[in-house]
Amino acid sequence: MDVSTILEASNITQTFRSGDHQLTVLDQINFTISSGTTCAIVGPSGSGKTTLLGLCAGLDRPTKGDIKLNNVALGPLSEDERAEVRNKYVGFVFQTFQLVPTLTALENVMVPLELRGQKTEDVSEEAIELLTEVGLSDRLQHYPSQLSGGEQQRVAIARAFINKPKILFADEPTGNLDAETGATIEKLLFDLNEINGTTLVLVTHDLSLAKQCKRTIHLKNGQIEKDESSSPVKMEQINN
Amino acid sequence: MNSFFSTWSWKMAWRDARSNKKRLFVYISAIIIGVAAQVAITSFRDSLNTTINNQSKELLGADLEIETEQTPPDTLKAYFKELGGDQSTITEFPSMVLFPKTGNTRLANVRALTGNFPYYGTLETMPTEAALEFKSTPSALVDQTLMTQFGISVGDSVRVGRFTLPIGGALTKVPGESAATAMIGPRVFIPQSVLDSTTLIQRGSRVEYKQYFKFDDQRDMEPIEARLDSLEDHLAIDIDTETIAERQEEIGEAVSNLGKFLNLVGFVALLLGGIGVASSIHVYINKKISTASVLRCFGASSDQTMSIFLIQAVVLGFLGALAGTLLGVGIQYFLPSLVSDFLPVDVELTISWLAIGLGLFTGTGVALVFALLPLLALRKASPLYAIRTLDESITSLLDNKVKASIYTIIVFTVFGYAFLLTESWQTAGLFTLGIAGAFGLLLVVAKLLMQTVRRFFPSHWSYVWRQGLANLYRPQNQTSTLMLALGLGMLLVSTLYFSQDMLMGELQFANRDDAPNLIFFDIQSDQNEPLNQLMEEQELPILQNVPLVTMRLDSLRGRSVQAITSDTSSHVRSWALEREYRSTYRDSLINSETLLEGEWTGRADPSQGAIPVSAAQEIANDLNLEIGDSLTFDVQGVPVQAYVGSIREVDFRRVQPNFFMLFPAGVLEQAPQIYVTVTRAPNQEASARAQQAVVQEFPNVSAIDVSRILKTINQFIDKISFAIQFMALFSILTGLIVLGSSVTTSRFQRIKESTLLRTMGASKKQIIKILSVEYLFLGLLSSFTGLLLSVSATWLLGYFYFDITFVPNGWVIIIGTIVVTGLTILIGMANSRSIYQRTPLEVLRTETT
Repeated sequence: MDVSTILEASNITQTFRSGDHQLTVLDQINFTISSGTTCAIVGPSGSGKTTLLGLCAGLDRPTKGDIKLNNVALGPLSEDERAEVRNKYVGFVFQTFQLVPTLTALENVMVPLELRGQKTEDVSEEAIELLTEVGLSDRLQHYPSQLSGGEQQRVAIARAFINKPKILFADEPTGNLDAETGATIEKLLFDLNEINGTTLVLVTHDLSLAKQCKRTIHLKNGQIEKDESSSPVKMEQINN
Repeated sequence: MNSFFSTWSWKMAWRDARSNKKRLFVYISAIIIGVAAQVAITSFRDSLNTTINNQSKELLGADLEIETEQTPPDTLKAYFKELGGDQSTITEFPSMVLFPKTGNTRLANVRALTGNFPYYGTLETMPTEAALEFKSTPSALVDQTLMTQFGISVGDSVRVGRFTLPIGGALTKVPGESAATAMIGPRVFIPQSVLDSTTLIQRGSRVEYKQYFKFDDQRDMEPIEARLDSLEDHLAIDIDTETIAERQEEIGEAVSNLGKFLNLVGFVALLLGGIGVASSIHVYINKKISTASVLRCFGASSDQTMSIFLIQAVVLGFLGALAGTLLGVGIQYFLPSLVSDFLPVDVELTISWLAIGLGLFTGTGVALVFALLPLLALRKASPLYAIRTLDESITSLLDNKVKASIYTIIVFTVFGYAFLLTESWQTAGLFTLGIAGAFGLLLVVAKLLMQTVRRFFPSHWSYVWRQGLANLYRPQNQTSTLMLALGLGMLLVSTLYFSQDMLMGELQFANRDDAPNLIFFDIQSDQNEPLNQLMEEQELPILQNVPLVTMRLDSLRGRSVQAITSDTSSHVRSWALEREYRSTYRDSLINSETLLEGEWTGRADPSQGAIPVSAAQEIANDLNLEIGDSLTFDVQGVPVQAYVGSIREVDFRRVQPNFFMLFPAGVLEQAPQIYVTVTRAPNQEASARAQQAVVQEFPNVSAIDVSRILKTINQFIDKISFAIQFMALFSILTGLIVLGSSVTTSRFQRIKESTLLRTMGASKKQIIKILSVEYLFLGLLSSFTGLLLSVSATWLLGYFYFDITFVPNGWVIIIGTIVVTGLTILIGMANSRSIYQRTPLEVLRTETT
């Protein structure tokens, strides 16, 4: 694995048992992603996008093959060891935001660092800074149910960046938002990614969002149909 | 385990709990009542034991009691003198007493006293000085309940045998005796000096001679008891001794048994609470899967995520236990009024730290054990559920081995705690089996119900009915939990009710037109004919008139009774060997007797050898008798050789003299004997008239008024069942709380679909109807199942234990079902108000977080 490679998927196959049948969701997937790049995984519903994202992030184990994340082979690791890897190197943004409903915006953002054993008073300043960056300085003590969809996703982005991840996985980050809010979120995501030098892997249906990435992997029926690299199209260009 | 103590876990547990207060209160509420029941009973038991220890000397009233059933022989009297100390004598016997002022008569427990007994504690009387003065006046002390019953006052007179004396005081308490003693045999104290004048001590009279001692030195009782044992052998009479330690142990054991029983009844409430905990935490954790998965995505370990909710379970369990403990400590102050009539001491209530510790420990433990299943399942929740939803219940993540282990832990916890309460492996085992059986049956019924509804779903019914009915089997339904909570509560309470009903029904035999209801006994041979004539004058039929000969067993199968009792390997019951037999003789069996084995001989000639006697089945079992076994009876000094000629079944429930040993005619006619006459009085007035006439003419003859006895038994059962029902009340309350909590947790399940239905245009009325239909079926079926199981349990109890065929009262079943169903609907609807009273958006925003 190249030093600049942050993610390497080798011969990934994922099958599920559905009644008497064996269902192959991913079939012999191979790719590597370089550090600092942006990559979109696109494809129709049921093509295996979310499954691939879950495997790459170490949320699940592949039936066959191996994933290396920041030079760490995830295969031999236990679930708790994988959790440690995620805490150190990975950030997440979900389509349904997935904020902890019983925590305030500020507390939600602090969780990844608190999990490392850092004290609340030590991390709160950083979390407030990030929330201010995403434009929510006046919403620190609000619970998710008191925030709009766009605001919730901004909290989720702040949470994703607080542990300074090497790689950020985003699952349809704008899928639950209207176009205008979605555009704001996209900008925020790419801007923060650039500032922090994070690798971004996102799963989306939205081709205009995918076009903003340097690389696009097209999935169909569990296989890579096309893997194309391009100059990312900036948001402003799309809008023009 | 490290995660449990980490600051982060505690911080997260607190943060999560902040906005879930209502749901978490539901979680703890279920165990509060159960813990309260445990603490109240254990505290009370503890206080009672402390009181018994503090007042141990008052339980006997003296340092030593020596009792014989005949006038103590000179050798024994000489030994009494040798023992020294301060001594008192009580001659105690049952006799009719008559109150001339009102003409009322009553069978009483007469005690003729000489000496300063009681040495510890006092005879409490009104006026107080009567207890001291009655021996010198002389006058009588009469049980206050008896005086109140007949409207008698101090200064009126009482006739005991042939002697009438004034009543010096109303007796309110005798040391070491409970108030219930007065219900069985009201006590009348007279001075020993007037005993002869009563002329009541005659041949065949059942008299107990009690000698009480107070020693100023710390006398060792063991050598005294050993000496009395040897005197017993030497004199060939029964000598019973009782010391303070023995009395204390005896009463302590009785109190402990009562406490254990009530503790077990209360434990059922705690178990029901456990089900409530299991049900609400299961739903709660199910809602927390996505939170746990997100935390896992950001690097929380499985232990860390589980710890958050484990901490909540432990802390809330502890808080519930604390609330229950405080409630229990308060309730214990109410308990003495429930059982005071059965207690020989006035309980000094104290705070029992043992009970408080036990309450906190068991409450927290039960909450934790019952929360184990979803908590452990949470460890298995993959972080993947942050992007994929888990459609099944969280416990489906656990493999069957783990589930089986958790159920085993629960069973062992129940068994362990039941053992802690009862100190008996057998009782704890039976209790655990019974509870497991009831749980199993209710769960099977719940499963069958869901399958049946699914299979025979009435698709032609209206939408509202179909929707309500389908809620019974849809995913994450509450059917099993409610069936358990309601069914078990109903099972417990109605089994108690049915059993009481069954026993009382059986005891109503005296009200049957042909059943005897008045029995005269202790009739001397020369009084028999005149008394029968008196009955004729009173126009009362003589239903039975039987002679009674007292005797003791001297040897069995060639071995002396003494040898058998001292043989530790013998299985013969000692009470059956040592008791005084009151046998009769006749030439035929009567209709309450059925020959089981051997041959009945109606007449025998003693000169022809051993006499064939007939033994009742019960005594034959206790003496291990078989046909042909030889027996030697000591008939008031005369040995009579006999053998078991037959074994017969006797219906001992009949109101008439029944006999363990029945002799043929021709053997005992010349032996000293007394008679028993059985009659039936058409009403209370005729019964009272006959008793008065008999007491006037034959003061030594006693009467048993069966209807009065029934009334006493009724009062007794009422008092006991009130205490039991009070404990069962905890189960009902817990059942209702679990019902409430199950409904509340099921509300979280139903909320989305109800809101969706409202969004799609369902009216408030339709939503209410759908929910009502669901609760109607749940209430109807769980209460009906609980009742049916309790009918079966009572029937089994009647068949195997009481030998009574139980016929359930249909109305009780119908009314019970309606009441519980109504309550289920009421609580269900009250807890679901928010679903139909607020707008869909409002509901979704507040209830789904």
